[in-house]
Amino acid sequence: MSLAASRPRPPAFPVNWPARLAWIGLALYALYATSILNLTWARFVVGLDNGAKFLDRMFPPNMQADKLELIGSGMLESIQIAVLATFFGVLLSLPLGLMAARNLAPGWLSWSARGLIAVLRSFHPVIVSILFVKAVGFGALAGILALIVSSMGFVSKLFAEVVEEMNAKQVEAVRATGANFWNVLIFAVMPQVMARFVGLSVYQLDSNLRNSTMVGIVGGGGIGAPLFTAYQRFDYDVVLTILICIIALIMLAEVVSGRIRRIFQ
Amino acid sequence: MNSALLTIRNLRKEYRLGQPVLKDISLDIDAKGVTAIIGPSGTGKSTLIRCINRLVDPTSGEILFAGQDLAKLSGAPLRAARRRIGMVFQEYNLVERLSVIENVLSGRLGYVPAWRAFLRRFPQADIARAFDLIDAVGLNQDFATRRADALSGGQRQRVGIARAIMQDPALVLADEPTSSLDPKTSVEIMELLAELSDKRGVPIIVNIHNVGLAKRFAGRIIGMTGGEVVYDGPPDGLRDDHLKHIYGGEDFL
Repeated sequence: MSLAASRPRPPAFPVNWPARLAWIGLALYALYATSILNLTWARFVVGLDNGAKFLDRMFPPNMQADKLELIGSGMLESIQIAVLATFFGVLLSLPLGLMAARNLAPGWLSWSARGLIAVLRSFHPVIVSILFVKAVGFGALAGILALIVSSMGFVSKLFAEVVEEMNAKQVEAVRATGANFWNVLIFAVMPQVMARFVGLSVYQLDSNLRNSTMVGIVGGGGIGAPLFTAYQRFDYDVVLTILICIIALIMLAEVVSGRIRRIFQ
Repeated sequence: MNSALLTIRNLRKEYRLGQPVLKDISLDIDAKGVTAIIGPSGTGKSTLIRCINRLVDPTSGEILFAGQDLAKLSGAPLRAARRRIGMVFQEYNLVERLSVIENVLSGRLGYVPAWRAFLRRFPQADIARAFDLIDAVGLNQDFATRRADALSGGQRQRVGIARAIMQDPALVLADEPTSSLDPKTSVEIMELLAELSDKRGVPIIVNIHNVGLAKRFAGRIIGMTGGEVVYDGPPDGLRDDHLKHIYGGEDFL
């Protein structure tokens, strides 16, 4: 009999009971929710059939000149909404993010900035759009304002985190030369965080291009309005043309944003 | 009557209440030469040096420099005092994404308004001096526009030294300037510091782990242990007994 066998050892892979219970709980809840919401296989199959009919009616895409002109001006408005919203949203995020960074701003300031960011982030852009359409009326202005709000929420929150992760030693060295707060900001903080800030901004432009196609559904201007109208009038061939345009725009944005990011490494 | 450039009186620092890292340090530093502070890790050498330019706030005591008590300053007067105190760091602490000349010129940030700093509109005389200093620390002029993160450790420390001298300081503090460098480069950096101190008449206080380097380049050695000064004198007077006391034990000798 060997020595090892005589001495019991702890199991090499002990069971993690809390994790196991959590998985079982999740599975049970999914089953329960499915039964409550009346989700049945039969309805899904019928739905697939409808979907096939819908797709069939989309082809071929509508290429009539008057439709293309309408779509073109809508797309152009969407792009303008996205670019303007990104420009102003990002510009406002710069000070807001710096104010929210706990290693730069005093406690009261960073907490108030964080509070503001939390409010800006709490609603989906569509809900914010509805508010602005009520406030300033139908059109691109409402869409721009709504996307400025969502841009500020996203960019300033992540920018604050970038600032908090910066190298404090470089800041300390510049502070030791007798530089005041603004010069420390310009010579020690900004060089460290600018590349990441540009990256965030480009990402936000990307996502604003997507979102700007949607604010029109609630009256915020851009391609969303003709898209929604086409749905309601069962002009599915026009819907397809618009969808193709949006896909092309997003792919183009992908290429352009990659280029911009490379310039600023 | 006291003719020292820097006078430290009863300096005390407690990071945690009742646990002093510096226990009533008193020192006079003359207006010339290299002063080396040696001692084991965690004995407060770094804290002492950082109290002088107030990167660390002392708990009590006085730091008299150019007729002012640095320990009591804050805001604009503190920044004005820091302009006359250069600092060299163990890990160089260059702003990595800035060019060499931008890093050197950051030694003038205490004198330049923010809009000029933002547009890089430094006075022409400062820019000329920055180029001269890049030369003086032994770097090729071609390095000026290279980014700091493209440099080797020894080159970075040379830039760090140029930044400190760019301040036109009355005192330079060096916190373990050679600890991240290989032995040969360490000697070169200490030679450079000693030469600049001598030529420009700037006193240097240097924290250093390497006792050999300290004895070779310093005119005065301060040995610290447990937050207290236990040796203060010329390098020749430093005996093995002192080192045993400073570092504890004798196996390392």
